[in-house]
Amino acid sequence: MEIRRGIPVSSGIVIRQAFVLDSEDYRIPRRFVTDKEIEGETERFKQAVKAAESEISNLKQDVLRKAGTEVVPIFEAHLRMLLDRQMHDDVISHIRNSGFTAEYAVSKVFRLYTKNMKSVKDPFFAERVVDLFDIQKRLQRTLLGAQREDLSHLSEEVVLVAHELTPSQIALLDRTKVLGIVLDGGGRTSHTSIMARAMAIPCVVGLETISADVSGGQTVVIDGNRGIVIVEPDEATLRKYQDAEGKYHDFSLSLLKYRHLSAKTTDGVKINLLANIEFPWEIKGAIENGASGIGLYRTEFLFAEECKGVSEEEHYRTYKKAMEEVDGRELVIRTLDVGADKFTDARSAERSQEKNPFLGCRSIRLCLENPDVFKAQLRAILRASALGNNLKIMFPMISSLEELQQAKLILADTRESLEKDGIAYNKNMQTGIMIEIPSAAIIADLLAPEVNFFSIGTNDLIQYALAVDRGNERVATLYKPAHPAILRLIDRVVKAGKKAGIKVAMCGEMSGDIMFTILLVGMGLQDLSTAPSVIPEIKQVIRSISAKEAKQIARRALKFQTAEEAIDYLIEKTRKILPEVY
Amino acid sequence: MEVAKQLTLINKEGLHARPAVKLVDTANRFKCEIVIKTDGREINAKSMMSVLTLAAANGAVLHFAAKGDDAQEAMDAIEALIAAKFDEE
Repeated sequence: MEIRRGIPVSSGIVIRQAFVLDSEDYRIPRRFVTDKEIEGETERFKQAVKAAESEISNLKQDVLRKAGTEVVPIFEAHLRMLLDRQMHDDVISHIRNSGFTAEYAVSKVFRLYTKNMKSVKDPFFAERVVDLFDIQKRLQRTLLGAQREDLSHLSEEVVLVAHELTPSQIALLDRTKVLGIVLDGGGRTSHTSIMARAMAIPCVVGLETISADVSGGQTVVIDGNRGIVIVEPDEATLRKYQDAEGKYHDFSLSLLKYRHLSAKTTDGVKINLLANIEFPWEIKGAIENGASGIGLYRTEFLFAEECKGVSEEEHYRTYKKAMEEVDGRELVIRTLDVGADKFTDARSAERSQEKNPFLGCRSIRLCLENPDVFKAQLRAILRASALGNNLKIMFPMISSLEELQQAKLILADTRESLEKDGIAYNKNMQTGIMIEIPSAAIIADLLAPEVNFFSIGTNDLIQYALAVDRGNERVATLYKPAHPAILRLIDRVVKAGKKAGIKVAMCGEMSGDIMFTILLVGMGLQDLSTAPSVIPEIKQVIRSISAKEAKQIARRALKFQTAEEAIDYLIEKTRKILPEVY
Repeated sequence: MEVAKQLTLINKEGLHARPAVKLVDTANRFKCEIVIKTDGREINAKSMMSVLTLAAANGAVLHFAAKGDDAQEAMDAIEALIAAKFDEE
């Protein structure tokens, strides 16, 4: 049994056999043979080696004819690897001593070789790993024959283990078969993680070598709540997790009951539960989970591929689709917030030129510097606003009054140009800003009169205010939403908003964390935008408290001098209401 | 008979595909056991898989040890191969 810790990015508990994508594009269906089949298995293996040998020799001849002698050594190396006595001994001893099938033995042995080779620093050897895969595939093709399965033809429920997954790969997964995801790379805010959360598939990332360490067919436990992955759990652990899996499943099902119930406190205060999304297609699922609208529509995916962003038409098409999906419910579109952690690899070269990207030219600053790109998005949003009064626009990363005024100026410009072109737009479209820079929180009273609403972005607010990079393991534990400074900043923003008569919402992760629901409601927040999957449980908390009691609790929480005291207090109060979550 | 020798790789690219093949082939010509000691491990010089994990670059010092009747011959052949930069340059 191996216990590995990674980064939890999507909650839930799942126990299934692994389907490893990367070194095998197929799954090993059988792992063991009976004693009397052992000799037969070693024979099968030897035959597979012979078949592979003649394949490679033919290939070598072929290549010699087509490409000359240059590349022949590659195939010579392959042949030697294939005919390596050490490898044969290792495979055969697995078959004889452990009763493995030939394919499982091959998988295990090659996995070990791959791991050894990957641990060598020289990049040349990282590339040799590709040769290993090649040889293994060749052997497995013969051994598995027609039994090959691939990701698009799964016949059983599995846990997907991979080095990396692109958002498109995740989008195409058969969710009735892939019940959990485990990855070598990725972080909390990578696109892949965001998608796993959006699709509510339990997911743990950042395990570094898991795809090389797990063999197809092994039992894997994913604890997406705590970021733990267990390979081949022992009896006791398996039982414990099966229990937890069952409980969590029931809990999730029971939460769906809440879908159509309103998020009202026991004394009748209605809280607007909204969803954070990346794509129009997520809207349906969000509404199914009980969202009464979209509190944050991140538009970065529209800029993911192109440095210059997509055309106004493509923006418009996407926003139009979103409007169709929300069907009259609130839809808040946030303008480009491209930043250090949201870039895809192609842009990291550009990113690395800034020594301090988080404090650099990103988000609204980038837009103000590139008015053409900005205007394309603004035009599209304004055009979409003609489809309904429910569409609102939100500027991210505002740090000063001047910045806000500049943005509004460009928006006004864009309105004028649409008028000149005779294109319709909603003249009363609501405009808001994200409060995520501490300076904005502190001058919230100066900003409130200039906008129709605030949305507190706690993720960045906490990082900037506490000077903590959440992605840096050395300081990640300093990231504390319950820090008195944060609580005071939130309180300040809510009060400034109330005084100016504008709505104050919250769209950071804190709003989706049930530990803070009572606090936030008690502080006067009536609009919480979260990942769709947590809406039911937030609703459950809201329906179980009175706004009056929440206010008392919030007042008490604001008095604590340390984050620990505040958190302990909040956990204690929340546990009383929802004991099954802990 | 046991023979041990420390040999340094002097060819530019170190022990990549082609030289690795030549080394393994040379080792396999002889009956004796040939190992390369490194980092507390013992690599079987006749195994391509094992030799590849050596990741020996230019300048790497390899500790060879041969055990068997033709150990000396084997060692001489390996030494010559390395000195000739695996006939690469």
